[in-house]
Amino acid sequence: MNAIAPLEATASAAFAPVLKERGQREVFCGLTGIIWLHRKMQDAFFLVVGSRTCAHLLQSAAGVMIFAEPRFATAIMEERDLAGLADANVELDRIVDQLLARRPEIKSLFLVGSCPSEVIKLDLSKAAQRLGAKHAPHVRILNYSGSGIETTFTEGEDACLASLVPIMPEQPEGAEANLIIVGSLPDIVEDQFRRLFAELGIFNVASLPERAVADLPGIGPNTYFLLAQPFLGDTGRALEGRGATRLDALFPFGVEGTTNWLHAAATAFGVEDTHFDTVLHPYQDRATTALAHHRERLAGRSIFFMPDSQLEVPLARFLANELGMRLIEVGTPYLHRQHLAQELAALPAGVMLSEGQDVDRQLDRVRAARPDLTVCGLGLANPLEAEGLSTKWAIELVFSPIHGFDQAGDLAELFARPLRRRDVLRV
Amino acid sequence: MQLSVWTYEGPPHVGAMRVATAMEGVHYLLHAPQGDTYADLLFTMIERRDKRPPVTYTTFQARDLGKDTSQLFQTAAQDIIERFKPDAMIVGASCTAELIQDDPAGLIEKMGLPIPVIPLELPSYQRKEHWGAAETFYQIVRHLVDKERRPSDRANRRPLVNLLGPTALGFRHRDDIIEITSLLNKLGIDINVVAPLGANVADIAKLGEADFNIVLYPETGDLAADYLAREFRQPTVRTVPIGVGATQDFIREVANLAKVDPEPMLREGLSRLSWWSRSIDSNYLTGKRVFIFGDGTHAVAAARIASEELGFKVVGLGCYNREYAREVRAAAKMHGLEALITDDHLAVEQAIQDAQPELVLGTQMERHIAKRFSIPCTVISSPVHVQDFPARFSPQMGFEGANVIFDSWVHPLVMGLEEHLLTMFRDDFEFHDGAGASHLGPGHSAPQDQAAQPEAANDAEAVWSDEASRELRKIPFFVRGKARRNTELFAAENGVSMIELATLYEAKAHYAR
Repeated sequence: MNAIAPLEATASAAFAPVLKERGQREVFCGLTGIIWLHRKMQDAFFLVVGSRTCAHLLQSAAGVMIFAEPRFATAIMEERDLAGLADANVELDRIVDQLLARRPEIKSLFLVGSCPSEVIKLDLSKAAQRLGAKHAPHVRILNYSGSGIETTFTEGEDACLASLVPIMPEQPEGAEANLIIVGSLPDIVEDQFRRLFAELGIFNVASLPERAVADLPGIGPNTYFLLAQPFLGDTGRALEGRGATRLDALFPFGVEGTTNWLHAAATAFGVEDTHFDTVLHPYQDRATTALAHHRERLAGRSIFFMPDSQLEVPLARFLANELGMRLIEVGTPYLHRQHLAQELAALPAGVMLSEGQDVDRQLDRVRAARPDLTVCGLGLANPLEAEGLSTKWAIELVFSPIHGFDQAGDLAELFARPLRRRDVLRV
Repeated sequence: MQLSVWTYEGPPHVGAMRVATAMEGVHYLLHAPQGDTYADLLFTMIERRDKRPPVTYTTFQARDLGKDTSQLFQTAAQDIIERFKPDAMIVGASCTAELIQDDPAGLIEKMGLPIPVIPLELPSYQRKEHWGAAETFYQIVRHLVDKERRPSDRANRRPLVNLLGPTALGFRHRDDIIEITSLLNKLGIDINVVAPLGANVADIAKLGEADFNIVLYPETGDLAADYLAREFRQPTVRTVPIGVGATQDFIREVANLAKVDPEPMLREGLSRLSWWSRSIDSNYLTGKRVFIFGDGTHAVAAARIASEELGFKVVGLGCYNREYAREVRAAAKMHGLEALITDDHLAVEQAIQDAQPELVLGTQMERHIAKRFSIPCTVISSPVHVQDFPARFSPQMGFEGANVIFDSWVHPLVMGLEEHLLTMFRDDFEFHDGAGASHLGPGHSAPQDQAAQPEAANDAEAVWSDEASRELRKIPFFVRGKARRNTELFAAENGVSMIELATLYEAKAHYAR
């Protein structure tokens, strides 16, 4: 664990070498994505095939329990399931029958692999086929892995969405071009983007995921897609595998990112620049006004990102370029160089990037730098606050509407609030 | 496999974390994949701890599996020694690491580390959190206790006791310890060691110096106390001082072992609960139907308080930890009930619905269930959430604990005279049962339509006439469910197929308290 990889010079000279670390990681596993995915896809149910730890994670990770009976559950493996895989499969079938009998409104069921199910090599894709045949046509059975040995936090959403790509309806060669926004967004943000695209004159717009799995968009050679989230590497590859074209852009955070992101679509769909500017102008103005309030408080303040959701690089770019914050270290669990190419180029020169984590060493760097704000997971926030360091919970950035023009101010506010609170308190 | 939505207990290694986090100078090396670090937030967020739990996770990944996960483990062990300089280390595996069979115990032994290292065997696919905590504490005691230590001569000192069982993330453990320590001091008894909470390696070593042990939390302290009884022949006090009566029993038992006189304290030291409960205002508490569910110890204690000290009627009693099912069954029998022993919260929800209680005493699960049914609820047992770690002093144990219990159980209920006014003037546009109790604010209003729709009754059961159904709605919400249930039961038993106004009142007379 001591032996960290040496500093590695990357191909691009635009940013400093990336520090690659290996050690204890203070991050969630991919199962955590279920917390928001099950709210997004309202006809789907997520069944984790795992251990009591998985079930305990799911109810602890959200910080609160959403107690309306959630559309997720865990099939907790017990001693006898480990004895023989045949039995485990029989047991799984029994659990799925039980679940579908209880929740007849379920149209799609995701079997979600976990660390223990991967280690004992319980083949959930075979199980999905077997159960799919049994429960067709009422219920479609899909599978992906959210295990911690393979996925870090938001990579669970990537794996989930990638599992949907093969079942997207085929769109023939001559079909009208369509645009897919990829990544689960809060409904309000999704609706804003749809309205914006319509104003720009792009009408054939869909989302992956849609609010119902049953409404998956069509895909073909005339399909373009925009990634709304930076952590969708496998999903992007799968979409390209089905002939769709990825529109390279900044991610839609802040005025700069949102403009660039929309512009990529506008270019692909032949929207004229004058029209583009006319449509966007009022939105950009509004967002700039909202940001101005926070710029005063944030400009010149230093920030340290611990690795968490892979949103770190785009958010750092936004905070540096539009709010004038100083980036001390931008840590990310995984750096997808291709999807982040423009983001990396837009970062201030010489920014320290780190990939992976050895949490104790990274905390040493936090303590040495004493940043004004540290973005970190829930396990670290209070201990750092107790040391006199202001923190921002990283998970809030995944749970809140932060994309697009009309959320730019809210996004800045998430970073400004901890600092304002520190200024206000006299206890 | 077991289908589970919410769980009452985490895996056993979370129990081990509760012990390690409670102690000073003990570090836990946990062989675990990425993601298991979620457990840190239980302590830093829910309990608002200002330090990270002393746990290092080896964080192995899929690509390590074919290669050398044991190397990761040994490197992590070395790092812990250098960085944290603990006085002792506990080592074990989480559920996934258990499957890859790296043998943490063997690996660590080979390393010959300069501090005591305690290997844990916590079978993740059989056992749960409380057992994990109890086993971990027992192993720590077994490995670190100094077997040569014995109590010194009694002639020159006050009696000396150990308080066993409190852990991190425990329900009110912090305040219980303060309360019980002060109570014992007043009796003339000194504390040798409190463990695991706040104990270090030197404290564990001197456990044998106490005259006897007091197990405050059997779920986590029993195994260690049994061991100490065997090894040092220390007697064990197992009466858990929750409630006035139990606290008095506790004082007598402790005083007997310590050879001190309990009478002055018993004469003086009554909780305010006793008078508050006898005062005339509390008359309306008589016979309130209460449903109790939690860990075995807290559930049994709550049942006694509810029936003997507040005059409630216990209509449901159960626990989620099977290890304490026997105690709960015995208590349930005294109340003429069948104990509900389950860790399936859906079964608990069904039982609450069937019992139609006026108050639910439970864990955070029951709080959510009660909220859905709009039944008042107070939390009496872990698992609990952030709001159950109050800033103020609020023990459950001892006389002050009984005061806290009186307040926190009675507060969610509609107050005495208000209850009558609600019944008398049903059609006041502001002061009606839909508006809820006046001291609780919005969000505590009566359930909309729930239990107020007789037509929703089961097909096989009697049908409500319009008139009877209108009359049912005039009954205040906090007793309406019970009235409905009793009437339907009465109708079924008497072969009545249509419930008329008269049936409602006949049933009322039949079931009159």
